[in-house]
Amino acid sequence: MSDRNLTEAIDRYLNGEMQGEELLRFEDLRRNNPDIDRQIAEHKSFLAALKHYGERLQLEERLNAIHEEIDVHTLKEELQIKPNWIIQLWRHHHSKISVAASIAIFAVLITLFFTGNLKRNDPAYMQLRQEIAQVKQSTAILGRQNRNLDNKVNAVKAAIKNTNPGSFAGTGFALTSNGYLVTNYHVVKGADSVYVQNADGESFHAKIIYTEPQNDIAFLQINDESFKPLGSVPYNIRKGKSDLGEDVFTVGYPSDAIRFSPGYLTSPSGFDGDSTAYEVSIAARPGNSGGPLLDTRGNLIGIISGKQSKYETSSFAKKSSYLMEAIQNIPADSLSKPLTLNSRNGLAGLSRTQQIKKLQNFIFMVKVYN
Amino acid sequence: MNSKSNSSVPTDSEVILGILNNSEVVLKRLYVAYFPMVLQLIINNNGSSDDAKDIYQEAIIVLYNKVKSGDFELSSKLKTYLYSVSRRLWLKRLAQLNRYSGDIKDFEEHSPADEDEAEKHTDRDIQFGRMENALKLLGEPCKTIMEDFYIHNRSMQDICERFGYTNADNAKTQKYKCLQRLKKLFFQQGN
Repeated sequence: MSDRNLTEAIDRYLNGEMQGEELLRFEDLRRNNPDIDRQIAEHKSFLAALKHYGERLQLEERLNAIHEEIDVHTLKEELQIKPNWIIQLWRHHHSKISVAASIAIFAVLITLFFTGNLKRNDPAYMQLRQEIAQVKQSTAILGRQNRNLDNKVNAVKAAIKNTNPGSFAGTGFALTSNGYLVTNYHVVKGADSVYVQNADGESFHAKIIYTEPQNDIAFLQINDESFKPLGSVPYNIRKGKSDLGEDVFTVGYPSDAIRFSPGYLTSPSGFDGDSTAYEVSIAARPGNSGGPLLDTRGNLIGIISGKQSKYETSSFAKKSSYLMEAIQNIPADSLSKPLTLNSRNGLAGLSRTQQIKKLQNFIFMVKVYN
Repeated sequence: MNSKSNSSVPTDSEVILGILNNSEVVLKRLYVAYFPMVLQLIINNNGSSDDAKDIYQEAIIVLYNKVKSGDFELSSKLKTYLYSVSRRLWLKRLAQLNRYSGDIKDFEEHSPADEDEAEKHTDRDIQFGRMENALKLLGEPCKTIMEDFYIHNRSMQDICERFGYTNADNAKTQKYKCLQRLKKLFFQQGN
């Protein structure tokens, strides 16, 4: 009997297709041949597996058909444990939220950049150079009044005075009698030309010979033919530190007229802990920038350079030691005349009014054109 | 049967009788009654609604086979039985997918004894997979002939006509050739 014939016989036997003598013969064979018996058992389990496979396939089909009729989506909505609404919002819209947030951050940065708020220039620190627009206006009013008086000459004079008020103004003071001046860098920054004007109202052309932006210091030299050497400078530069509570004062040009502002030294460090500056209690105004800060005996202890925008009387002055350093840093070939500092103090022992009288010839209004 | 009992939850004995009688209506009522429970279990434990469908159908098949084999005794409620089996099947699937976080949110009671049913089921599951593979490897026309004769219980006469055999003897010879090959393929996978 070949394999295939045997398979056929077993299959027919298990299917109950054998009858009569054939069935008897096969049962006899099975009894006497354990191998045939084993093959019959194997075939039986195979048929069971096949049947089971078929049943399961059919059951799956039926189950799938039933499943089709269930609205799984709605059920899912109902049965899903809902996270709280913030998490849901994030899950559904996180890409949109991210984009919106990036745009917002970007916009803020752009705004800060264009308004200049990103720079170290803290809004609370106010530089004290003066914009001339105000002055312009007041002179214009003056001009009108003059016209009202119908005084043509005066009107012309006023107009002449008016032609060149400059863009910015600050204060500067002489270092030497031969025309070297010092002021704040921020006063002359970006200048096309610089003029200085003394207490008598005479203007001289000046040029910038050296600047130290990091210390906000600029040196000017008067190079005007009409300039006559000043007398010897009455103050000298104090090299040491000054003490808290010292009486100090400044003289400068916050307006067209020279102005005296008294105060005292309130802190050894300036704005935001800036150790290169003093804090002084002086009501400085725009235009005071670059003016000298002097102590009672007439020693120069600093340069007025800014104030705190929040507190009216809180101003800052660059310490004189940084001025000394800057003077030493001036390149020799920038100096057409010797820069010899005065070491004698001509103010000590004088009364305040006498001090100022002596001083004011050495203090200039710095006018900047750009 | 009226529409009300058609959609209501069947009693446990109704289900057992229905399965034994191959009742389509009872199967449907059973399926609809407990699917939400398993869906809830799975979608709240890292699964999708398709996962829920697979797992739930497998659990029903476990129950079905158990009832059909005649040794089904209700040790707990049918609901608990289906939940426990689904739960164990899903835990196994999660472990296979490496998605098991060691923590499962439960919504129903479950009994460890019933969960073991899921383990027994896997043996039959292996046989099922083997047969599926063997049939795939068998190829046509043998696959269809085997399915028609042994699964759909079609007569040799029907099969003769479908495949255009000129006489029944030819068809029979073909059938036994196929049967022998399928058997070989099936048992080969076992070894």
